[in-house]
Amino acid sequence: MGLLARLLAQRIALGLVLLFAASILIFVGTSLMPGDVAQEILGQSATPEALANLRAELGLNEPPLTRYISWLTGVLHGDFGTALTNNMDIATSIGKRLSNTLFLAGCAAIIAVPLAVLLGLIAVRFRDRWPDRLISTITLASISLPEFLIGYLVIYFVAVKLRWFPSMAMVYDGMTLAQKLNAVALPVLVLVLVVLAHMMRMTRAAILNVMQSAYIETAELKGLKRFTIIWRHAFPNAVAPVVNVVMLNLAYLVVGVVVVEVVFVYPGMGQYMVDHVSKRDVPVVQACGMVFAFVYISLNMIADIVAILANPRLRHPK
Amino acid sequence: MRRIPLGAALGLIITVLFFLAAIFAPLLAPYGMAEVVGGVWEPASDKFWLGTDNIGRDLLTRLIYGGRTTIFIATAATLVAFGVGTALGLLAAVLGGWADQALSRFVDLVMSIPALIFALVVLSVTPTTVLVLVLVMGLLESTRVFRLSRAVAVDITVMDYVEAARLRGERRTWIIFREILPNALSPLVSELGLRFIFGVLFISTLSFLGLGVQPPQADWGGIVKENKEGIVYGIPAALYPAVAIAALSISVNLVADWVLNRTSSLKGGRG
Repeated sequence: MGLLARLLAQRIALGLVLLFAASILIFVGTSLMPGDVAQEILGQSATPEALANLRAELGLNEPPLTRYISWLTGVLHGDFGTALTNNMDIATSIGKRLSNTLFLAGCAAIIAVPLAVLLGLIAVRFRDRWPDRLISTITLASISLPEFLIGYLVIYFVAVKLRWFPSMAMVYDGMTLAQKLNAVALPVLVLVLVVLAHMMRMTRAAILNVMQSAYIETAELKGLKRFTIIWRHAFPNAVAPVVNVVMLNLAYLVVGVVVVEVVFVYPGMGQYMVDHVSKRDVPVVQACGMVFAFVYISLNMIADIVAILANPRLRHPK
Repeated sequence: MRRIPLGAALGLIITVLFFLAAIFAPLLAPYGMAEVVGGVWEPASDKFWLGTDNIGRDLLTRLIYGGRTTIFIATAATLVAFGVGTALGLLAAVLGGWADQALSRFVDLVMSIPALIFALVVLSVTPTTVLVLVLVMGLLESTRVFRLSRAVAVDITVMDYVEAARLRGERRTWIIFREILPNALSPLVSELGLRFIFGVLFISTLSFLGLGVQPPQADWGGIVKENKEGIVYGIPAALYPAVAIAALSISVNLVADWVLNRTSSLKGGRG
């Protein structure tokens, strides 16, 4: 047990270090850029008094290290400060939007993950025959388009031509779950299309890698059916890489969500962030960047932890 | 020189056509880039092959000029990414030790934040000019190039001929440029294609979000943004860039795949 616990502790410690370093990077990215942030926010026509006021409000007269430490202590206490544009508390605004975003991403994940694994298995089973080719072609096409264009293609054909679902994903309090699901149907479809391709390709590669092992050849030679071989012998050994693939793609989903939310005017984190980037509302952007980095780094860490746990050599050391 | 497979040949031709169209955009485009020539969202006709856009500019013209902007920015960003990424990657592999550790860990850190999120963070305080966009995209992508070139170069630096060159007393630059780079070229060329496509998708996304190329300058993501309201009325103007982006990226992918396959089978042949 000692080895396993040590590996896990190491990985979690690494995750925390990364998170800390990411907070520095995000802070430096917004603070030490060439050019005057206050000037950028107010534009060229700003009066010197307004600039001085804004600098004082942003704390720009303090040394960067002091500003970073007070910002980080705030973040650790769940206090992201107030937005420049409307003076609202950022943490409150984020809370509601984050749950909307997680709802959207969660729906997409529930559909995409089993589907991707199944399609990956089918592609391996019929390797180099038409089902494999067809799946590969479709996935190649879908990774060749940016997320927002897939979104508008879906809106054009499914919402406008077929009129099956609403083209905008309005979500508000008091909606029933069924209404909510109907509203997010299209954004979920787009997210599924976006991650499915990557996930399926990586699943296929992971299983094919296992299929080249000697014990698979033995199973083939003793006359087992192809699907039994894949399901009983290859899949259990491919679980670790596949789970890894799934986690990496969930992390990817978090980014895809940003663009898809803007397309469907969905009130989530992504839209909140993009809105405030164009308004140059630095505290909001820092907060959103931190939340996204946190989710992304955590998912990557979970992927590695699952991979460690799924490895029988580490679970049963000699 | 082996025969080029049909897919790769087709991909190569289409890619070259896209670049030619980008270079000769002012000669090809039937109208001026920001010239209002007709009504709002006119349907396709003899005069306007793809119809007009949200304020009556010719869509075909916008697409051609848009391709010019998008391809130019993606190319410039890819060059920055490869310049910085390969230089540091090869250097890290040759130097080893703490220099390698420092560079690699820093790249790990940058890659632990999603590229789009990091770009948004930076673009919230910098002016959105073409130069800034190219630098931000190029530097963010250079992390991926760094990883690849370092991984490839680490395998090569332990080869006997590199050892021989060291013992001959060759200088470090000579070893990097004459021994390692030529042997690392094929995976890097294939990666070049993929990075370029990633650049096209990235700049389109930024422009769509309103944080990339600023109007009235045309670019593929911007065309979608300008015409997205039309979609609800069944006007497909915003969807034409999809065709252009898909055609370009599938073509480049086909070429990149072929380059990688051709050279990896070559390696297999040599044993």
